[in-house]
Amino acid sequence: MTLVLEQLLNGLQFGVMLFLLAAGLTLIFGIMGVINLAHGSLYMVGAYASAFAAAQTGSVWLALLAGLAGAAIAGMVVEIVVLRRLYARNHLDQVLATFALILIFNQGVTILFGRQPLFVSVPPALNGSVQLLPGLTYPVYRLAIIAVGLLVALGLYLLINRTRIGMLVRAGATHREMVRALGVDIRLLYTAVFGLGALLAGLAGLMAGPILAVQVGMGEQILIMTFVVVVIGGVGSIRGAFFGALIVGLVDTSLRAFMPGLLRHVMTGPEADALGAGLASMGIYLLMAIVLLVRPKGLFPAHV
Amino acid sequence: MSDGTTTDEALNPAASAAPAYGRSLALLALAIVLIALPFTVQAIGQPALVPLATRVLIYAIAAASLNLALGFGGMVSFGHAAFFGIGGYVVGILYRTMTDDGLFLGFIPGTDQLLITLPAALLVGGLFACIIGALSLRTSGVQFIMITLAFAQMLFFLFVSLKAYGGDDGMTIRRRNALFSLNTRDDITFYFICLFVAALVFLVLWRIVGSRFGMVLAGIRQNERRMAAIGIAPYRYKLAAFVISGMGTGLAGALMANYLRFVSPDMLHWTKSGELMIMVILGGVGTLLGPLLGAAALVVLETVLTGWTEHWQLVLGPILLLVVLFTQGGLNGLLGRLGLGRSAP
Repeated sequence: MTLVLEQLLNGLQFGVMLFLLAAGLTLIFGIMGVINLAHGSLYMVGAYASAFAAAQTGSVWLALLAGLAGAAIAGMVVEIVVLRRLYARNHLDQVLATFALILIFNQGVTILFGRQPLFVSVPPALNGSVQLLPGLTYPVYRLAIIAVGLLVALGLYLLINRTRIGMLVRAGATHREMVRALGVDIRLLYTAVFGLGALLAGLAGLMAGPILAVQVGMGEQILIMTFVVVVIGGVGSIRGAFFGALIVGLVDTSLRAFMPGLLRHVMTGPEADALGAGLASMGIYLLMAIVLLVRPKGLFPAHV
Repeated sequence: MSDGTTTDEALNPAASAAPAYGRSLALLALAIVLIALPFTVQAIGQPALVPLATRVLIYAIAAASLNLALGFGGMVSFGHAAFFGIGGYVVGILYRTMTDDGLFLGFIPGTDQLLITLPAALLVGGLFACIIGALSLRTSGVQFIMITLAFAQMLFFLFVSLKAYGGDDGMTIRRRNALFSLNTRDDITFYFICLFVAALVFLVLWRIVGSRFGMVLAGIRQNERRMAAIGIAPYRYKLAAFVISGMGTGLAGALMANYLRFVSPDMLHWTKSGELMIMVILGGVGTLLGPLLGAAALVVLETVLTGWTEHWQLVLGPILLLVVLFTQGGLNGLLGRLGLGRSAP
């Protein structure tokens, strides 16, 4: 029982990380209509900037600031230099251009930091574990990630539904031309939204640092899963991104945890482990295929 | 590449006003260049260029097949690595079954005959394309891109987890498949096998694009609703094009497995799908010889840059970016505009 609870918490933690990435990606797609494959690179930039600042200064706050600022600035530069030219293009051009951006980011980071993964230690204040239930201890740091993720979700909800900027964002997602026609500075809005998305990706990256290795290619691994989240949730919908992320996080984590064990009942150990890991990795893609076949626009479509 | 340029220009639909003899002449020139290539590079003392040209041809087959779905059919598939990898694994699994003297799935005997493995790869690639296409084509737009990606990823992880066929490490094919009594190990022989297959594939694609089926496909790409209104069911046509596209890509995968004498899940990775897309876009979407040009450009660029610097991707990235941002219609279109001052389609 405690094992199941622990895995649920792990799934939740992974889910909120995915949400931070998916929220930006879905906004960028919903509002600007751009498929941004380079979103994972912004996550990587956040992780590297924060790891670098932490190693240089030893300050947690400076590391946090560096990660957020690094990703947001990188995101806005990318938007102004490259993506702005792609809004009117078809998906094919967007995929290729942002694929090229991945190559540039990955090689740039390799030149600056080398191929060795960086390891980041957990901030001292969040070190250690707490006992949640009798027999269930859980790392404080992972709980903190869950808390931050849920807070960001709440903040985004308020921003989107209660402020003027949020109103423009919602309007932009459904009636892009109309917003433009009403005299809103759409270019500024686009850059701001892109910067916000990059900021969230950077936040996810810097929080991932202490639990995963900070290395080149970390962005692509999570990028594809983020796309799964966005498509399952419904493109352009923050609410969809939130529930999609939690579903994908929980499904992926529990499949990984329990699939090999289940298979071990019917086959031998090592083979069951290998096949179980494979089937677990396939799980979320199968989920996405099923969701798309039943509801081609995702679970919470933004454009009704 | 100058010979390729003229041929390409001549094959553009918009350039079809060019005199017919000019087009045949240019095609003839391309054929002569490709046939003479192994002997020329040996004469100038660069025999290592033959395997390079072989790789270009194999990727050209895959890219041209993808182009049928992507360029002519307007279906942006981000999962064609699946068919490429499946073609490779057909060769690998048949070879492994033969050396183990077993039966695959209990009833398929193994073989190393190219005349059997290539059609098998074609068939299995088509079968998977039929399943994946039938499901994926229920969606469109970004959802289609993502669902094709999802299926490719599923197959990728499936092969990673199949320890019996090498899992993550892939499996080695000790010898290339046999064809009659030819020595397929010989680079030049294998080049000509690939050239023959490539010529066949391009011929078939050329016939398809010019046929009634090709016209309907182009119509669907331009306006699906209008085609439906005049009584054509788009789904069947799109699925057929997707299946043919998957078959060609599977065939290319089988050749690639023979070329490398190795298959691994890398062939199914999503970056491979991206690479194939890059070749198509680089060469020119929806043009017949564009993929050949794009495959040549990417493979040669990669080889040259790797020899030049370890950080070759840092050079390739901006080049791709410039191609996308500033050339409409890829290299093919660019060359078309430079060449005859006529705009490419």
